[in-house]
Amino acid sequence: MSLILFLILFPVIPALFLLFTKHGIIRDLIVKFSVVVLSVGSIYLLFSNFNLIPDFYNVTVEIMNKAILVLELAMVVFFIYVGFRYKKYWVPVLTILQAAVLIYFEFIYKHPITENITEHRLFFVDYFSIIMALIIGIIGGLICIYALGYMKEYHHHHKEMKDKSGNFFFILFIFLSAMFGIVFSNHLVWMYFFWEVTTLCSFLLIGYSGTEEAKNNAFRALILNLLGGLGFVGGIGYLYFTTGTIELDKMLGMAKAVALIPAIFLGFAGMTKSAQLPFSSWLTGAMVAPTPVSALLHSSTMVKAGVFILIKLSPVFNGTMAGFFVSLVGGVTFLLAAFIAVSQNNAKKVLAYSTISNLGLIVLCAGIGTAAATWAAILLLVFHAIAKALLFLCVGSVEHQIGSRDIEDMDGLVRRMPKMTILLLIGIAGMFLAPFGMLISKWAALKALVDVHPILAVIVAFGSATTLFFWTKWMGKLTTLVHKPENQEKKVSLDEWVPLYLLGIMTIGVCLFFPMLSTSLIDPYISAVYQQIITMSDGNILIMLVMMGLLFLLPIGLTIYLASKKGKNELGYAKPYMSGVNADEPFKYHGSMGKLVDFQTENYYMVSFFGEAKMMKIGVIVSILLIAILFGAGII
Amino acid sequence: MNNFIMLFIYLIFAPVLGGLLAGLDRIISARMQGRVGPPLLQPFYDVFKLLGKDNLVVTRFQKFYIYCFLIFIIFTGALFFTGGDLLIVIFALTLAAIFFVLAGFAVNSPYSHVGAERELIQMMAYEPMVIMTAIGMYMVTKSFNISEIMAFKDPIILQLPGLFIGFIYILTIKLRKSPFDLSTSHHGHQELVKGITTDFSGRTLAMIEIAHWYENIFILGFVYLFFADNPPLGIAMVLLTYFLEILLDNSEARVKWQAALKSSWWVALIAGVVNIVVLAFFKQMF
Repeated sequence: MSLILFLILFPVIPALFLLFTKHGIIRDLIVKFSVVVLSVGSIYLLFSNFNLIPDFYNVTVEIMNKAILVLELAMVVFFIYVGFRYKKYWVPVLTILQAAVLIYFEFIYKHPITENITEHRLFFVDYFSIIMALIIGIIGGLICIYALGYMKEYHHHHKEMKDKSGNFFFILFIFLSAMFGIVFSNHLVWMYFFWEVTTLCSFLLIGYSGTEEAKNNAFRALILNLLGGLGFVGGIGYLYFTTGTIELDKMLGMAKAVALIPAIFLGFAGMTKSAQLPFSSWLTGAMVAPTPVSALLHSSTMVKAGVFILIKLSPVFNGTMAGFFVSLVGGVTFLLAAFIAVSQNNAKKVLAYSTISNLGLIVLCAGIGTAAATWAAILLLVFHAIAKALLFLCVGSVEHQIGSRDIEDMDGLVRRMPKMTILLLIGIAGMFLAPFGMLISKWAALKALVDVHPILAVIVAFGSATTLFFWTKWMGKLTTLVHKPENQEKKVSLDEWVPLYLLGIMTIGVCLFFPMLSTSLIDPYISAVYQQIITMSDGNILIMLVMMGLLFLLPIGLTIYLASKKGKNELGYAKPYMSGVNADEPFKYHGSMGKLVDFQTENYYMVSFFGEAKMMKIGVIVSILLIAILFGAGII
Repeated sequence: MNNFIMLFIYLIFAPVLGGLLAGLDRIISARMQGRVGPPLLQPFYDVFKLLGKDNLVVTRFQKFYIYCFLIFIIFTGALFFTGGDLLIVIFALTLAAIFFVLAGFAVNSPYSHVGAERELIQMMAYEPMVIMTAIGMYMVTKSFNISEIMAFKDPIILQLPGLFIGFIYILTIKLRKSPFDLSTSHHGHQELVKGITTDFSGRTLAMIEIAHWYENIFILGFVYLFFADNPPLGIAMVLLTYFLEILLDNSEARVKWQAALKSSWWVALIAGVVNIVVLAFFKQMF
């Protein structure tokens, strides 16, 4: 119990200190120390709760309830203020709607948060929240450490900008605190509070640079997430007025007919937060923020809160029409976001769309809600969190060194930034290649889907074919041959390298120890919820491990191969064929008129097929229709 | 034990069979064009000659990737013929193919780059259909396990005619036959030169050839799965399919990548999805 409260409350302390620090040793020490504490705390939670869970806890500290009420109202006032200040009137409208329900609840209806608090189970721990805590504590923590090195350089590059990095780190840690709050809350009003805190934090972080674009994108994120918040409040209200319950566990235990409508409302909130179509634009807009923010939003926090609630609700969705439509929204998002990623040459945008796409796949599984599908969804969540954090952080460091985030500018990166490229390649492989994590989970998802809705499995087939295309062409760019490169990775700071290496090791590690992860954490959760055990056959796990072994031989083989003098001497070197006379200079040839002609190679982006504008238009229309039907299906 | 024998047979005989098939292909093609054609063993002579040549590369990485390609192609086929999980086989094939693409990218010359990009487009074009075939097999046999699919008693083809047609369509891509030989060509004197293999020579090129032999046998094994209940029919259908591919190869001109991608996805959507939907409907009804 105290451990949970500790995880939720502890980040607030360093946050307050960090508010007053500048770049330097004190900040470094505070951040690193706190991250170690949080990681150790979440790991300790894992070991101390091995056999006891699921478990519920109460807090009788009256002051905490009051504090939450005050903070909630303060947020409402703040949102209304910024809405009017920057003339974004949707913000006050949505906030006031939420506040109205909230105030009615708090003061007129006297909801149980202030009355009879002891009867209610405020917090809970089960295996799933432990998984989430590990992701938030460890991956979120590593991103914070990375931010130390990154932000120094960021302000070095952006001299014109006022250095508000104290605020930046303050918000990062508050964000982590709120995420712990979401995954441990059983009382929905509390969860809603933490939910809104993450909305607030992401708003502030996206708008960090203060440029016009950043402001607009921050407001877009705010408005869409407030819309989701409205759904959340709606769900709580409906649940309470129809059943008198306000706890998640009781709601999940109810008959489907009763729980379904609040689940749809909460699921709606989850879909906005996890950037499903038509709400995805806030997440792609979020990349104007400094890279650690993108990494945090995309991997371990924010969007994961969205899919967390959807996975929690998946037993309610199981077998219902509404659940099927949730899946369809996820499926459409998975497919179209993958299409759009093909047409992007901005590395961060490719990553953003791939996040949206993968979240779509998670939502697809959550909507189906069978034991196997939920199992696949949790796997996807874990693997995605690690690999995506790695990728974002790599791209951030690359961008600082080569001054571009365009994939076309990354050609031959393997010779310019060899270590970074290997990490990037591990991350990319982790996202789509056998036998790495995301592929293991995609495989699980396919198996889960064929039994229930083969047609959804077909969506996965098309989506993963597209995924393969945009990742591989990026890999190709990274590993291509360039002439006389200079090493550009010397200036990357140690604070960046350490999280990068750890994430790289974790990306591989979770695949190696995937059977253990599954049996010790995911299976118990699934069997507690569904009274059913899902596993992969040992033979298949063995084959995956053999593949992993083969892949491990590669770097060793490559080293031996490159080091061997004999091999080098045996090989003759030729210039590439250019259908003309090669010039002495590389990448030039003598054209038919005797002139020196330059050439360069570029990737295919297929804009006429997969253009962003076209795909978004289709996606928004289809998904709005699907969500409308979803609500309709729930109510009828 | 049985699996070990299968594995052994596959490792030894797949390239032999693949090479013979390639020789046969060249003879039949020649006859279709009114030529006599090379001897049956010509592909072997070619590969042996390549093995003895100077090893010329643009970058050392390309050779390394090709070795990986060969290893993983063999691994994929081994999984297939020892009765592994069909989905894992497909994923392993993807992994292998990606090494081939990376080898093309590594050179960074105009022709191999275009070839590599097109090879990727081809992968994107055929992948949905291949996965859907696996889904269909599962729906019929209730297993992704190849040994269980092989042991299935009823003719699978009767329940999966649409998927079979779709699979035959993308088979042309996979066998690198015209009109879908976008990424590489048999003849160097074309606008594509040799596409992805332009800057490969000597032993490296021989490796690619051998990998393709392994690959072709394994892909034809996929065709055989549709007829697994009736081995003679299965083998006949495999040969017939291959003959039709040769005929197509000799009678069609290369299409643009747009057409290849669009048409194979449309075929997958129409033949494949309809088949799956109908099958799902009947499974639910009865």
